[in-house]
Amino acid sequence: MFRTLSLTAVTALSLGIGAAHAASEEVEIVDYDFPFEGIFGAYDTNQLQRGLKVYTEVCAACHGLERVSFRTLHDENGPALPEDQMRAYAQNFEVFDEALADGQGDYRPAAPADYFPGSNVANAPDLSLMAKSRAGFHGPHGTGLAQLFKGMGGAEYIASLMTGYHEEPECALEMETPMDGYYNVSFANGGFPDACKDDHGHHTVPGSWISMPPPLLGEDIDYDDGHSNSLEDEAMDVAAFLMWAAEPKMTARKEAGFTGVIFLLVLSGLLYLTNKKIWAPHKKKLED
Amino acid sequence: MAGIPHDHYEPSSGGEKWLHKRLPILGIAYDTLMIPTPKNLNWMWIWGIVLTFTLVLQIITGIVLVMHYVPHVDMAFASVEHIMRDVNGGHMIRYFHANGASLFFVAVYLHIFRSLYYGNYKAPREVTWIIGMLMYLLMMGTAFMGYVLPWGQMSFHGTAVITGLFGAIPFVGESLQTWLLGASAVGQPALNRFFSLHYLMPFILLGLTIVHIWAFHTTGNNNPTGVEVRRTSKEEAAKDTLPFWPYFVIKDLFALAIILAVFMAIVGFMPNYLGHPDNYIPANPLATPSHIVPEWYFLPFYAILRAFTADVWVVQIVNFVTFGIVDAKFFGVLAMFGAIAVMALAPWLDTSSIRSGRYRPTFKWWFSLLVVDFIVLMWVGAQPTDFPYDWISLIAATYWFAYFLVILPLLGVLEKPLPIPATIEDDFAAHYDSKTGGTKTLVNPAE
Amino acid sequence: MSHAEDHQGTRRDFLYYATAGAGAVAVGAAVWPLVNQMNPSADVQALASIRVDVSGVAEGSQLTVLWQGKPVFIRYRTAAEIEQARAVDVSSLPDQNAENANLAGAEPALDENRALPTPEGSDAPEGAWLVQMGVCTHLGCVPLGEQGDFGGWYCPCHGSHYDTAGRIRRGPAPRNLPVPVAAFVDPTTIELG
Repeated sequence: MFRTLSLTAVTALSLGIGAAHAASEEVEIVDYDFPFEGIFGAYDTNQLQRGLKVYTEVCAACHGLERVSFRTLHDENGPALPEDQMRAYAQNFEVFDEALADGQGDYRPAAPADYFPGSNVANAPDLSLMAKSRAGFHGPHGTGLAQLFKGMGGAEYIASLMTGYHEEPECALEMETPMDGYYNVSFANGGFPDACKDDHGHHTVPGSWISMPPPLLGEDIDYDDGHSNSLEDEAMDVAAFLMWAAEPKMTARKEAGFTGVIFLLVLSGLLYLTNKKIWAPHKKKLED
Repeated sequence: MAGIPHDHYEPSSGGEKWLHKRLPILGIAYDTLMIPTPKNLNWMWIWGIVLTFTLVLQIITGIVLVMHYVPHVDMAFASVEHIMRDVNGGHMIRYFHANGASLFFVAVYLHIFRSLYYGNYKAPREVTWIIGMLMYLLMMGTAFMGYVLPWGQMSFHGTAVITGLFGAIPFVGESLQTWLLGASAVGQPALNRFFSLHYLMPFILLGLTIVHIWAFHTTGNNNPTGVEVRRTSKEEAAKDTLPFWPYFVIKDLFALAIILAVFMAIVGFMPNYLGHPDNYIPANPLATPSHIVPEWYFLPFYAILRAFTADVWVVQIVNFVTFGIVDAKFFGVLAMFGAIAVMALAPWLDTSSIRSGRYRPTFKWWFSLLVVDFIVLMWVGAQPTDFPYDWISLIAATYWFAYFLVILPLLGVLEKPLPIPATIEDDFAAHYDSKTGGTKTLVNPAE
Repeated sequence: MSHAEDHQGTRRDFLYYATAGAGAVAVGAAVWPLVNQMNPSADVQALASIRVDVSGVAEGSQLTVLWQGKPVFIRYRTAAEIEQARAVDVSSLPDQNAENANLAGAEPALDENRALPTPEGSDAPEGAWLVQMGVCTHLGCVPLGEQGDFGGWYCPCHGSHYDTAGRIRRGPAPRNLPVPVAAFVDPTTIELG
């Protein structure tokens, strides 16, 4: 009976959590394949470098990345820019240094120890943790099992959002005053016209209206490594870069996790045998 | 330690005798470690060790995190990110601590339901049970305050909702809420004091752990049969028991290693699965997340809180009888704390003369339903409040109270229990197949 | 019979030792991160080495930068200052150690052992650059430049006089101003640390 109970408890655990994300209306999230998924998944250095380029040329116009420092661009498990390139990249930015000009402070080119600037536009959120503060997958039925199998889906959400700009649905075209912003099938929390709701208030089309214009068009960024720059590739590259920006220690964490699990299983095996051995005489005695 | 007769510590060397006369610490350690333990304990008797381990894990990782954490509204979120990005191994330490809370609650719920099934709460172990319930309340308080500290969106707005519960108390509610927060809303005073209490309360828990252990070492452990260890002589007691060391220490460590392997996998491969993405957004008093949900371990009681709305006739009657003092909001708060209170009263509500659920055929069904009920409450606690979820949570919440207030008292009178084994020794013998030397049923000797 | 028992005994002991050993390794592996987290974090380490642009420092002037919370003097010395420093007899100095972190072991306090080697492609004469900590070796005040009886630095707190190579000449300070780890990464950039 208790074996079943333990099992149900584990199920319950997953039930409870996923439920937490169940409320939002229907959105279309593509389950992209990223190289950093799974137990042995790691960031693809080239992809992160391409993503950095997308961020620099497009996103950075409005969005900040204020929790990421330039020095980490040199990280082996990150974009792994060579040190001189990383320094040169940092020098494109200016930072205010309070120690300069005899304590009056002055601007200087950024050094590796400095951080990316914050957002330039008031309603553009900082992207440092974007890939962890959004979940692409939910359910089913508030169980959270989708996240158990597919992952949280932060990077998938970002990539889907980049590619999710569509023509406005018919129901919205009939309105007298058009919606503010742009229709995106992957965006959950934007404005939504009553004209696209049914009698129960449920949405009849996926997504909602987002104030950010389509940032990527495809074939608008020239990659140094000659990689395909279709819209989908650019979206995936920047999503991967932002995943790294949000979770730079992922590779180290997975390695520690893997070593830890293997070691604990070995320890469990030894303890199982020890346990069996010390109990054996007390169980054997019963045979007499 | 009173209770089961056994050999006590005898100081042998001169040094030991010298110390023993002045401070009998070795004697206490020996008697605690060598305590006679029913030899038929099954694999549900491991959660105590898991909980003790987790408490120590949380205290150690917590002390380390405090070396880098800054309890200030402008810096709390950034200092957590500093831990995650720059502190040596900081990301692992923080993920251990955050997921450690979940491990804690998984273990405590299994520990509590184990006790509810095998009747551990029944005389003479009521004090152990009551202390356990106090520890559970303290754990919930500690976990809640800890969740405030990263100062993300869920931290902030969750705190507003939970402290708002106190505001529902008639007459004093508002001043009580202001007193708790040190301001009219969640802000710097709240963050600072919750940090202080979050650091303090685990040490109180540690103290209560010692009292909890002291209490059940006084009465002796319960066991899956609910039959007491024979105490007339040392020899008889020895047939029912084995010393805690090494038999149960090794067994518990084996279980702990398996559980930690699973825990390690969660920390290593999906450390944010049990958290909420919104908490990676810095707290913003001006924007509320679209859907505020507590952490999973609070959901069953959160569901009970929300179940009793003004549409429920019980709530309406109580509202009428109390001249409107107990409104729906306050009723919900009372129900939530009441749900834990009725559980704490189980020793006096359960009228059965048989302790263990193993020999109570009807009880088994009602108990299984309670487990299902708990899981349903956990699920529905995170759902919207409209139909059909309102009905599901109302029915599930009602069953929770019915189990303790109606079913437990009645079953003891109505049910015809199965025969129980005469001694623990008999039960132990019956569970080991003499041909295989017992390995067959080692996995779960009690079942 | 007894042989078999012995054999079993050894096997059992081995199991117990292996289990205890694995347990000890697990505890050790858990303790190390708890110790290591107190070492300087990555952001602190990143500041252990900074680059200073010295292209704007003219001959006969000094740049003071803050490095790891302490002032560092970077001086482009004049030919007269260099000559003055080289003329000093080391055996007459209170501190005859070069106090230069770039040199292995103790070297005599010659001016050549104190000055930063001039990089290739620089217009500056050899020995023109002097980089030293701007903290008096007496009680930690910040000495003033181009002052004192020896034309170098003078500490106003207790009257220590340093010469144009930053060596202590008179006053209570016991040692020369220390030269930190420093090197030119290009003709106009010095890396400290």
